Amino acid sequence: MLVLAGTIPIQGLPLLAGQGVLTPEGLVINDHVLDKNRGTAAMMTTVAVVCKKYGLRPPLCVVAGDTGKRDGSSKVYAYLTEHLEELHPEVMAFHYIMPDIVRNNRLVKAIKRLERKPLLIADAGSMYVAKAGGHAPYYDIFTPDMGELAFLADEKADHPAYTRGFIWHMNQEVHELVHRAYHWKNAANILFVKGSTDYICRSGQVLTSISQPSVPELEAIGGTGDTITGMLTALAYRGGDLIEACMIAARANREAGSLAKPTPATQVDKIIECIPQALHKAETSLVESLMEGASRVQDSSAMVANGENIVTH
Amino acid sequence: MIFSNTSDVIKAEGVLKTAGYSIRVMSPPAQYRTGCDLAIDFPLVEQFGIVRCLKEEEIIPLDILPLSEERLEPLKICRVTDFGDYLMIKAANMKITVHKISRKIVNISGGGCPDVPYLASEMIGKRLSEAPSPRKLGYTLCAYSLNVAFDEAHRVMEEQSC
Repeated sequence: MLVLAGTIPIQGLPLLAGQGVLTPEGLVINDHVLDKNRGTAAMMTTVAVVCKKYGLRPPLCVVAGDTGKRDGSSKVYAYLTEHLEELHPEVMAFHYIMPDIVRNNRLVKAIKRLERKPLLIADAGSMYVAKAGGHAPYYDIFTPDMGELAFLADEKADHPAYTRGFIWHMNQEVHELVHRAYHWKNAANILFVKGSTDYICRSGQVLTSISQPSVPELEAIGGTGDTITGMLTALAYRGGDLIEACMIAARANREAGSLAKPTPATQVDKIIECIPQALHKAETSLVESLMEGASRVQDSSAMVANGENIVTH
Repeated sequence: MIFSNTSDVIKAEGVLKTAGYSIRVMSPPAQYRTGCDLAIDFPLVEQFGIVRCLKEEEIIPLDILPLSEERLEPLKICRVTDFGDYLMIKAANMKITVHKISRKIVNISGGGCPDVPYLASEMIGKRLSEAPSPRKLGYTLCAYSLNVAFDEAHRVMEEQSC
């Protein structure tokens, strides 16, 4: 099962654990309609959209209302810790939640007791607490933006707000920040760094970067990071290579942005509407680039056979 | 000075700075850390005055203790991106985007604590001068960073109109 967890900014919203159903009004969980323009609901809506496109089983969504008072977050931590085994999670994505080291430690312990470890993806507060609690390497994917990458790179910071200035100023030095994050064991197996250029990293190395199509306005639009996490989560659930899933999610988010023709004032629901078409474009483009790469390899092999020099860039 | 939640720290900082006390907002000592919290550093000699000042505002610290260990200060540096008709101001992991002419907040992005989406729904669509301050509505360190960006947005827009 695909399990998504996070909080919703509605005071008093009870704990909901049910299938996320797409409706024209928004994402519906146990008869509650959630605004898809905000945080966790934007991520969950994106997952539901991608699952629908590929004919996957809809996600199980675990949410509770929390406006920063910790109440809803505590309920989500407790529910997951107590019910994990019966959920049979294959992929779990954790999102906006109050960082709480003690409760998250309990949750990680419960995950470790499962017969089979699910694929773990963390973004937002869930990523902060995974790092602060010293569990980062146990997770499979983190999806930080550049500010959050600086936080992961700072071995002393418990929260992005505490990132030391000299590290925060290293925003152009992505390779160094990535190296530091892995060196201090504050990175998941894969880091998907979101920004004007997206970086996909594993084991301390930047494997690839994606910067096209370039839509600078996306950085200003709240939720455009959540759509990446959502697409990546659903693609990971579909199966296949995780790095390829990251590449498709990166490209598709940019294509969706490009299709929506946004301004910095655009809201994320306009981007989400374009995701099915954008995914098609992104997958086509990945297949084309893989075929191009394969033909280059063939050409290179022929050149080697002919004794010619090869220069790579 | 340790408080039961970040919201109280944010309020206490405002009250004490307005009263003229020289204080600093810092990370709490290790035994009090949960992953999203703040504390206030102050000169011990001013303890009575500071506590009285907070009591008048019904803000009660959880604990007061002398400390020597090195602790971190929240980031207060901002970065501004100009999108033509819009300005985006970034502080730590938080971004706020404002329309230059109407001064309306059009987007809030980044962050990971639960009050960020709540603050976004309360602030987006309002002018800077009318929007509720994250200092008043927020509870978390993300709200603290958003407040830094919000204050900077005020400052930059004022500077632009001069």
